[in-house]
Amino acid sequence: MDFLKIFGREDVSSKDIAKERLRLILVHDRANVSPKFLEMIKSQLIDMISDYMEIDENGLEVKLTRMEKDDDVTVPALVANIPIKKVKHLAKI
Amino acid sequence: MGEVIVITSGKGGVGKTTTTANLGTGLALYKQKKVVMLDADIGLRNLDVVMGLENRIVYDLVDVANGMCRLKQALIKDKRFENLYLMPAAQTKDKTAITPTQMKKLCEELKRDYDYILIDCPAGIEQGFKNAIAGADRALIVTTPEVSAVRDADRIVGLLEAAGFEEPKLIINRLRPDMVKRGDMMDIDDMIDVLAIELLGVIPEDEKIVISTNRGEPAVVDESSKAGQAYRNMIRRLEGEEVPLMKIENIEPNFMDKLRVFFGLKARAK
Ligand SMILES: Nc1ncnc2c1ncn2[C@@H]1O[C@H](COP(=O)(O)OP(=O)(O)OP(=O)(O)O)[C@@H](O)[C@H]1O
Ligand SMILES: [Mg+2]
Repeated sequence: MDFLKIFGREDVSSKDIAKERLRLILVHDRANVSPKFLEMIKSQLIDMISDYMEIDENGLEVKLTRMEKDDDVTVPALVANIPIKKVKHLAKI
Repeated sequence: MGEVIVITSGKGGVGKTTTTANLGTGLALYKQKKVVMLDADIGLRNLDVVMGLENRIVYDLVDVANGMCRLKQALIKDKRFENLYLMPAAQTKDKTAITPTQMKKLCEELKRDYDYILIDCPAGIEQGFKNAIAGADRALIVTTPEVSAVRDADRIVGLLEAAGFEEPKLIINRLRPDMVKRGDMMDIDDMIDVLAIELLGVIPEDEKIVISTNRGEPAVVDESSKAGQAYRNMIRRLEGEEVPLMKIENIEPNFMDKLRVFFGLKARAK
């Protein structure tokens, strides 16, 4: 079951929703990641990527989630969604 | 030399006091162990009421810690059950009235004369929690099948491990088979899965718990109570016996297959 898809679905049992919510909560609790820390990562990403692309800073999203590895084990994962406005024309590397 | 077991939870109201009373009474009654139930919930004492011993308190835990009386003067002997004693908490003071060092010393002293010292921990992770675990050898964590309770239990697992406790064990309380069956309550596997600790037992939701608390006599002595049966099983497991999870109707469709997972084996890799 894809855990991202079960939220907000009516046909999913409430206990599955509870379990997935719990898992995400515990990823955060155990990693001890503060919103401030995520903001820090965000601003450094912006700094770094801005040299190469123009990005939509408001649309930028960095979050902690869970990811399924091929062997059916889920691990915590840091996911960044970075909307690009324009790729800068750089000299070919 | 006895053993000190602390009963914790993080979240309040999930069944620590009920569990302390039932395990303590059962160990004394069915296993003939010398047991002290120690109420560490200073300021909000409850264990005396659940045990029906509220009228017999003279001295309390804080009096002992501060040398106002001798240990034995504060211990209340339960006249119904041979070998069962209660160390009441103080009601008019707060958690800071005692220190972890004092608790440790007290536990050392009790261990010399009693087989089991069961500590009823207050809710939370502050000083009351630190006091309660200070002198303990082992820890049990009570949770209910709810997101908030399991989350807090996970926090406690982390704190206990940081404090050097090896393998705290889980007690799942107030499980409702009917709700589990229709998918509206997390089941046993779900909780073991996320918490990754070993299970000591599962107690069903049971109105006999309320009735027995009204009477001041723990459900563990009630042969007809399912919660009582669950506690009796847990007592045998505490004593090292392998007792399968009882069949609480319809909790697990493939119940027999699951037994192996719960006993003898480690629940999950950490
Ligand atoms: N298995 C059960 N079935 C029905 N009621 C229960 C069960 N377990 C506990 N209760 C009820 O839940 C309430 C809270 O239980 P209890 O006082 O043992 O919790 P606690 O963890 O000690 O709370 P606190 O954190 O306030 O000390 C009580 O009224 C008790 O009777
Ligand atoms: Mg209590």
